Amino acid sequence: MSPQRPQATPSMPAPAMGESGYSAATFTPRALVIVFGAFLLLVAGSEAYAQMRTTGTDKSIVETLIRWTPLILFGPAGEFGGFALNIAVSFLAMAIGTVAGVVLGLGQISLSPAVRRLSWAVTQFFRNSPWLVLLFFVMLLTPFQIKLLGFTIPLPAWLKATFGLSLPVMANIAEIVRGSINSIPTSQWESAESLAFTRTQTLWRIILPQCVKRMTPPWMNWYAILTMATPLISIVGVNDAMTLAQDALAAEQRTDLLMPMYGLLLLFFFLYCYPIARWTLYLERKYAVKG
Amino acid sequence: MSPMNAPTASTLASWTPDQPIVAMRDVCKSFGSVEVLKGITFDVRKGEVVCVIGPSGSGKSTLLRCINALVPINSGSIKVEGQEVHDAKLDKLALRKKVGMVFQSYNLFPHKTALENVMMAPVLVLKRPPAEVEADARRLIAKVRLQGKENAYPGELSGGQQQRVAIARSLAMQPDIMLFDEVTAALDPETVKEVLVTIRELAEDGMTCMLVTHEMGFAREIGDHIYFTDRGVIVEHGPPATFFSEARDPRTRAFLSQIL
Repeated sequence: MSPQRPQATPSMPAPAMGESGYSAATFTPRALVIVFGAFLLLVAGSEAYAQMRTTGTDKSIVETLIRWTPLILFGPAGEFGGFALNIAVSFLAMAIGTVAGVVLGLGQISLSPAVRRLSWAVTQFFRNSPWLVLLFFVMLLTPFQIKLLGFTIPLPAWLKATFGLSLPVMANIAEIVRGSINSIPTSQWESAESLAFTRTQTLWRIILPQCVKRMTPPWMNWYAILTMATPLISIVGVNDAMTLAQDALAAEQRTDLLMPMYGLLLLFFFLYCYPIARWTLYLERKYAVKG
Repeated sequence: MSPMNAPTASTLASWTPDQPIVAMRDVCKSFGSVEVLKGITFDVRKGEVVCVIGPSGSGKSTLLRCINALVPINSGSIKVEGQEVHDAKLDKLALRKKVGMVFQSYNLFPHKTALENVMMAPVLVLKRPPAEVEADARRLIAKVRLQGKENAYPGELSGGQQQRVAIARSLAMQPDIMLFDEVTAALDPETVKEVLVTIRELAEDGMTCMLVTHEMGFAREIGDHIYFTDRGVIVEHGPPATFFSEARDPRTRAFLSQIL
């Protein structure tokens, strides 16, 4: 039986977290307090403004926000949507983007010049295109359903939008993969080669396992960027949190609700993305020492 | 095609242990416009310990790397157990199974324990059963005097310990020849000795060894033959007894006087 990787033992060189006293446990909620405070101030300000100019028939801002919150978080009853859809889209787009990105990144270090050049070109194209334009392209270029072997597979708008978002993610992940493979010293390739490893064995058994640590923080960073980009799908007619917040505003017809409603939306995204950013930073510091 | 002319397994395997295990003829190698090897010719016999010495940049490391096809040569011939290395159709993997190599910077796999480092190639490359390989690997780790360090990661080992794991890792492939590329150059003086002891034991066991080294005392002690290279050519060679005391070439003498 092969031995299990031991837990950190005292003999292991202390990772950076030990030195800086930085760990997941000492997660400081300072930024959370500030953002939450700002949001409450915004609501309170809007409330005061509303009191000043209305006749008192309108419900309070807080009450209104609370009433719309379930819809914005989870979508209309019996339908999947809202912020939960944003998260679902972010998961799926990240999964597609990661798999495709790994393939594309490996393509860039292929021994075949044709594969290498093609992978490079695809990567550069999708890395340097605006996400929204890509999204429109995918929405317009793909049919609403595909017929395959007699089966009709519907392609709902949210799925097409997910695919559209996964393209720039793919290209950026490809760059992370290529970069981290190149960052492994060539001596690792040489020693594996001298042990008669094939190129594939060297890549999958020696090089890529060492890349995983290096790739994790930038990968998580791109996940957070992707999540924050998911409201883009509201433009192509998907019932995400952004669309529903706008629907709510349209239903209420109250200008004093604009800022608090969008503020609430910002808060949801912040609450979700900020811990990821902190965790990314923690992992970056942790892995910086041992590499 | 006539079966008489086609190379067959028997012609490739026609090498016998009384012939040189490594035979280099007029080997030339350039990196861009820099000529690193300018017509190197020598033989290594089975069981022989050959030491290559010379100033930095004289092509010593390149010389070793040509033998297991890590570095392709431009012209000449290298035969390892009768198999031509300078051949586009060379089965590099088959060659590298026979030739072990140890590097100056150890190059252990940092994400694997000492034991896993030693076990990986026999399991993945030779497809041997892991249980059997593990028993061998533990024996090899004991042989390089690292019992108890089986589950240590390279980062937890000293340079000398890492280098001994690297030697065990090469030996696990049961090679016919071991190449040592300045394996003690990155070590501090106290740990040099423990690595040299390991290599000496190997040599005493009859392993064919080629060492590129700056350890003159060690070369004199264990070498059967010393080669002095400078600027891509073999300037002088001979058995250590005569090489160190009766060097004729002025370049050799200048080098030895600096080192010794």
